[in-house]
Amino acid sequence: MSTSGDAHGHEHPGHELSPQAKRIYAIRDLLLEKGVLTEKDIQSQIEYQEARSPANGAKIVARAWIDPAFKERLIADPKAACAELGIDATALNEFVVLENTDKVRHMVVCTLCSCYPRPILGRPPDWYKSFNYRQRSVNDPRGVMREFGLVLPDDIEVRVHDSTADIRYLVLPLRPKGTEGLSEAELAKLVTRDSMIGVMDALPKLPEP
Amino acid sequence: MIHPATGRFRPGDAVRVLNEHRPGHIRTPYYIRGKTGRIERVYGDFLNPESLAFGGDGLPRRTLYLVAFNHADVWGAAQAPRDKLFVDIYDHWLEPAEYGGQKDEHIR
Repeated sequence: MSTSGDAHGHEHPGHELSPQAKRIYAIRDLLLEKGVLTEKDIQSQIEYQEARSPANGAKIVARAWIDPAFKERLIADPKAACAELGIDATALNEFVVLENTDKVRHMVVCTLCSCYPRPILGRPPDWYKSFNYRQRSVNDPRGVMREFGLVLPDDIEVRVHDSTADIRYLVLPLRPKGTEGLSEAELAKLVTRDSMIGVMDALPKLPEP
Repeated sequence: MIHPATGRFRPGDAVRVLNEHRPGHIRTPYYIRGKTGRIERVYGDFLNPESLAFGGDGLPRRTLYLVAFNHADVWGAAQAPRDKLFVDIYDHWLEPAEYGGQKDEHIR
């Protein structure tokens, strides 16, 4: 296996690689050698991927909690509402916001692969891509929610969305009760990634510092 | 870019998912094939992923729907009476149906 500083001018990790990783590096080398991509293209794409995080989603949710007119715009035209906050959702083919209420909870899965609103939430957690979650979320959603600490009475309707096609879904969690005194930035800290996938509610209060 | 819907179904229509088995980049999960639900929302026309995945042009575009199913109609038993499953399904995977399942204000 190649190590750092070999003849073709860029670095490979020094440790042993899996067959899949070796294949990826080989494809990268070919794309570079043939001039399809430059090192700079690859680096800037990695930076773009890493820059996206659930903080984008938390900012959107916190604004929707304090500004009812923004919430209406977010549900009517999510991409335009994201742009108002400087969040670029244009990479999504189509984007739908699912509003939780006292009577309805939404939960999102992609049973076929790992479709996920990456510009808003960054990369999906490993469990989101696991066979276990993909199978059980559609078959036993209440059991999955219970494992995340959310126990719902039977009169609340659970709506599982299997995002199998061109639509990406973001759950708008309920604003926790008793948070009237919090600022927008503090509210955003209550909005966890998992609450925007819908497997749990937003945090009931600020985490201890 | 969404194109206006040209498909056969409207919100509220009862539909059955085709129970077909064929190879390819199919976006209709196995567990929902043969099940009956209702059109909840019409999203519009999209390039066909079954063609795009193999270097095709994705044409003709296919209408994509949000289809609502009662949990009990999919799995045989309900976890709670109103629980539902929503799946995004393209027009060519659906056929008109008579809804004979559990009655509900959303799944009429």
